[in-house]
Amino acid sequence: MIRYILRRLLWVVFLLFAVSLITFVIFYLLPSADPAALRAGRQPNPALVESIRHQLGLDQPWYVQYGRYMKNLVFHFDFGFSYQNGVPVRQLIFSRLPASISLAAGAAVLWLVVGIGVGVIAAVRPRTKLDRASMGLALVGISAPVYWLGLVALYLFSADIGLIPILPGANSYVPLSEDPAAWFTSLIMPWCVLAVSFAAFYSRLLRGNLTEVLSEDYIRTARAKGLSERRVVFRHGLRSAITPIVTIFGLDLGILLGGAILTETVFNIPGIGRLSYASIVRSDLPVIQGTVLLGAFFIVFANLLVDIFYAFLDPRVRYQ
Amino acid sequence: MSAADPLVEVRDLEMHFPLSRGVILQRQYGAVRAVDGVSFSVGRGETFGLVGESGCGKSTTGRLIMRLLEPTAGQVLFDGEEITHFGRRQLAPLRRDAQMVFQDPYSSLNPRKTVGSIIAEPFIIHREAREAGERRREVRELMDRVGLNPEHYNRYPHQFSGGQRQRIGVARAIALRPKLLVADEPVSALDVSIQAQIINLLQDLQGELGLTLIFIAHDLSVVRHMCDRIAVMYLGKIVELAETERCFSQPRHPYTGALLASVPVPEPSVAASGRRPVLKGDVPSPSAPPSGCRFHTRCPKAQSLCAQQEPALSEQPGGSLAACHFPLEGYSSSS
Amino acid sequence: MSALLTVNDLKVSFNTDDGVVRAVDGISYSVEPGATLGIVGESGSGKTVGTMTIMGLTRAANTEISGQAIFDGEDLLRASEQQMRAIRGDEIAMIFQDPLASLHPFFTIGAQLVEAIRVHNDVSKAAARTRSAELLTMVGLSDPKQRLSSYPHQFSGGMRQRVMIAMALANEPRLLIADEPTTALDVTVQAQILELIAELQAQSGTAMIIITHDLGVVAEVADEIAVMYAGRIVEQGSATELFSSPQHPYTRALLDSIPRLDRDRSRALEPIAGRPPSLISPPSGCAFHPRCPLAFGRCPDELPALEPTAPGSQHLVACLLSSESRSAER
Repeated sequence: MIRYILRRLLWVVFLLFAVSLITFVIFYLLPSADPAALRAGRQPNPALVESIRHQLGLDQPWYVQYGRYMKNLVFHFDFGFSYQNGVPVRQLIFSRLPASISLAAGAAVLWLVVGIGVGVIAAVRPRTKLDRASMGLALVGISAPVYWLGLVALYLFSADIGLIPILPGANSYVPLSEDPAAWFTSLIMPWCVLAVSFAAFYSRLLRGNLTEVLSEDYIRTARAKGLSERRVVFRHGLRSAITPIVTIFGLDLGILLGGAILTETVFNIPGIGRLSYASIVRSDLPVIQGTVLLGAFFIVFANLLVDIFYAFLDPRVRYQ
Repeated sequence: MSAADPLVEVRDLEMHFPLSRGVILQRQYGAVRAVDGVSFSVGRGETFGLVGESGCGKSTTGRLIMRLLEPTAGQVLFDGEEITHFGRRQLAPLRRDAQMVFQDPYSSLNPRKTVGSIIAEPFIIHREAREAGERRREVRELMDRVGLNPEHYNRYPHQFSGGQRQRIGVARAIALRPKLLVADEPVSALDVSIQAQIINLLQDLQGELGLTLIFIAHDLSVVRHMCDRIAVMYLGKIVELAETERCFSQPRHPYTGALLASVPVPEPSVAASGRRPVLKGDVPSPSAPPSGCRFHTRCPKAQSLCAQQEPALSEQPGGSLAACHFPLEGYSSSS
Repeated sequence: MSALLTVNDLKVSFNTDDGVVRAVDGISYSVEPGATLGIVGESGSGKTVGTMTIMGLTRAANTEISGQAIFDGEDLLRASEQQMRAIRGDEIAMIFQDPLASLHPFFTIGAQLVEAIRVHNDVSKAAARTRSAELLTMVGLSDPKQRLSSYPHQFSGGMRQRVMIAMALANEPRLLIADEPTTALDVTVQAQILELIAELQAQSGTAMIIITHDLGVVAEVADEIAVMYAGRIVEQGSATELFSSPQHPYTRALLDSIPRLDRDRSRALEPIAGRPPSLISPPSGCAFHPRCPLAFGRCPDELPALEPTAPGSQHLVACLLSSESRSAER
């Protein structure tokens, strides 16, 4: 098992390296605005642009730039400086990370609880009105775009423009370290909005899995033992039905930790998502590179955790 | 004991499926020795049975003869020609002359195609009966011949019962008048009352078309009923090869004896007449077969020699071939 | 001796989108303490649904159940779910066809055995574990302590079925329902399992209902046999009588249609024509009449009752033909 984990970790390093290279190459192959010109401001004189270009090292071939970037990254954990304002990328990322983690983690708890709850209820009462209603609603939830849901939520509940002004609106994010209560209330709406489609998707997935599992022979065995229906469903049924959910959950969370661009934008939350969006608009390569690497790291690492966790959940995988 | 005019012959046939670890740098750490040195020949028009329990390699042997698998060692000869390592194109004639019927009539038919088009497929693949009208006539004749109502030409597989689906499989298999039919557990998924229909159908067709039949099954009663000669397999090896009558009345290998004794007979008086000798334990894994004679771990007659030296398949009194150091003598089964 | 289980006119039907499936259509039988009843039938004959219903495992909104199943003076069909839970796995236990699918893949053998014991007995985990190890020894598994921490997939088919048997016998049930217990096993392993069941049954005095399509298996283990066709019992009698003088044309046809090791090899098989009937719209009258070689005028119109073959006989048959004419045709 340990050897397996080590091998997988090597893979993580290799993948991150590949991702950084690809990002770099894409940036240079595709036409984009000249970062130096952007930095120089409106109506710059060519000499200034040239000196900025030299200062940022943009006049060197891309592979030299890449080599320097990687050297700093590997040896000093240094992601370079933003072309835009000269702030260290590492600092940018770490200042934005808490907001993204807050958003993703809270939403994840919400969608797991709701998704699993609704899924179980629908699965143990298949083909009833309750089942059909919740699954129909879930379909709507999956289909509704998150930015639209966000705007509707703001329109309904936000303190400034809402019809029922009960929750802080956009731009109200407060870091947890400053004021936990305000942090919580400011995130209620973003959490709900972000969690809707996930909860809907998970409930449908779980209902499908659990319905299938409940028709398995070993569930019949559990009932034949004289176990209560609650124990049959939760201990024997859910145990099997939940394993595929674990895989998907790990990946979803990994992706979201790298930034929930749409939700962050709608609610104006200063997270990684907005940072990466802004950096792309401004052709700010070091920041793009940093956010892409961070996102890739979360996804690859989540993948690894899922695989390890899966081995604990399913003994058939463990003993292969 | 080889057939005089063999259609199929296999020599020292071996199929080892590698067990490997790793994604990019694969390392082989063992092999499932599914078939491990099997030789026999099947004469034209003969019905040859391959019998054994799960993991004995009988189905793999059938697939090797059909060249659905390429053996890791040994030879396969069909109609006098060695086809062991033929490529896709070279195998084209074999794909006409040798056909297979599978166990599961539910999953071996495409649910989206009509029965007519399923049975017509061989004609299209092998570019025969090109004209649509002619093809339809051929298919209707085939359906009639296997006992299906030709009017059901446009129905889909799910509209048929298990037995009828197996008839569809048989019709497809005999469409091109093959020389060889390999039937892999053709009746074991069917209801008892239906099995006899398919067994009789196969026997009738064999007579009419002069087919050579290789019949693979775990059910000894069915094999005894169908086959002229049988090979009993255990963990990738043939342990006994004999004419059916002799094999059942005078089994020479202790495994054959045990198999015969294990079959429950629908006759309470027989069942009540004392407990039968029962083998201990399960079949060992084919990835780590026992040393010497592979059966020695379960054999009631095993001695120390059996664990050390592998017995060769040799002729026994009466003409059977058995691979055993201490073969059974004069034993007679219930018949 | 009074019967342990008496089933009276049990009927089970399911409402499906395609129509009402009459899976069991009025069956009656009884099982004496310590005796073995074999129920033989093909797929769709209702042999499994009947016993599952007695166990209370087919209750659902779309299921209609009528009749009686008196176990120990109590009608199981009318017992509350709570009462049934107390009986399942304690008084009546089951083993199933596919031992791999019937054991939970994610729990150790030990956890599953301990659970089966602790549902019905107020004992500590440690005590239940000790008892589990004893049970494994009883069903012939070596190293029971170590086996308890293994998972089902690490066992062979025969070993898994031994575990299932251990689990079923954990609470010393008075009735064991074995549904095709050896169908998924190799023939040499089947022989072992049948012998094990017979041995344990003799020791414990447990009564058994064994459900199978294999006539050889019932002949081997059952005292009494009921043959089912299309949801009804068509023939019932002691194993010896039923096999030595089968009365119903279906029973005879079944016996004639299988190749047998104890018969002449060259004997031609007599297949049963046609196919098993639909349970949504079964044939009128005697359900076997479309496939019956002896069917005559009354068969499509009259439903034959299950009656003694001779006055006072325990051998019952549901056929409109008189026993003389049945024998004459033979």
